[in-house]
Amino acid sequence: MYDIAVIGTGPAGISAAITALVRGKSVAVVSNPASESGLYKAERIDNYPGMPGVTGAELSEALISHARSLGAEIFTGKVQTILPNDDSIFVGYGMEMIEARALIFAPGVVRTSSFPGERELLGRGVSYCATCDGMLYRGKEVCAICLAADAAEEAEYLSSIGCNVFTTDSKKIAIGGENRVEWIEIEGQRRSCDGVFVLRDSVAPDVLVPGLELENNHIRTGASGETNIPGIFAAGDCTGTPYQVAKAVGEGQLAAFAAVKYLDAQK
Amino acid sequence: MAVIHLTKDNFDEVISKGTVLVDFWAAWCGPCQMIAPIMEELSDEYDGKAVIAKVDIDREVELASRFKIRLIPTIICFKDGEISSKAYGAESKEHMIEMIS
Repeated sequence: MYDIAVIGTGPAGISAAITALVRGKSVAVVSNPASESGLYKAERIDNYPGMPGVTGAELSEALISHARSLGAEIFTGKVQTILPNDDSIFVGYGMEMIEARALIFAPGVVRTSSFPGERELLGRGVSYCATCDGMLYRGKEVCAICLAADAAEEAEYLSSIGCNVFTTDSKKIAIGGENRVEWIEIEGQRRSCDGVFVLRDSVAPDVLVPGLELENNHIRTGASGETNIPGIFAAGDCTGTPYQVAKAVGEGQLAAFAAVKYLDAQK
Repeated sequence: MAVIHLTKDNFDEVISKGTVLVDFWAAWCGPCQMIAPIMEELSDEYDGKAVIAKVDIDREVELASRFKIRLIPTIICFKDGEISSKAYGAESKEHMIEMIS
């Protein structure tokens, strides 16, 4: 059990981790590979104070090694499930999970929109996780919508366990059926299928945490990064524009202070 | 009372009376591991009021197919043999209490 789980190894997540570590809290950070992030791919950043012209990759690596040097444990994988329990929060990523007393959500820009039919049929044929649910579709027709860096691998996994897979990277998608997935429409062409795996870089925050309040397609937070769910805080691009490193770093620190205060009040 | 493991041989008998919350799960499913301790807690807290049960979908392929399980964990609440509610994915304890209340 960790004191704080942080989702994201960008400026907000790492800033939060550093502040929490300095305050004596144990911290686990879970994230997709940093090399897939928008920050990592930035050619140069000219407005982060003190580091003119730094490349995204340099800044990303410097952030992560700083947190690691202070004792952060960093785990790589796509976060699939977040489950608040009585006095702790479970975070499931890949096939693994960690447990923490508080959570700071800092995954970067999040998508909150979904395809027609996607949310309605979630669990009735729509899945976000090939490794979690693939086994339930052996011998069945499934569509893998490949919108993430590792999506092709996941689609390959589905084939390897015996699903009849067809893939698309189209975003003109509609999913339908009576109480369960029966068809998918890709670019207006309807095709029957039993399952649809929507493989994006990240699962929408309000799907990960049912009941999490959004505002203008971002996570709604108070002045210190608190969300509407006790023990869950958010920082950085996921809380709104401007999508800037300096803003993310500041919010990460505020969220960590708030999380530390929350933890100390629990005792 | 501990969580009851259901098979195709005892399933219908167990769900026929009272409130029975059934967790369709598998050993290789991460979110299923998360809710396992919650199911244990509920089986103690609701002892005598509700039965908390599990179906291992790898062993009980017939039951998984009968209830068209397409995502695990799927949690189905039965009241006197009838399905009263379903939930897909790892659910909070609060929500599971709502289901059995």
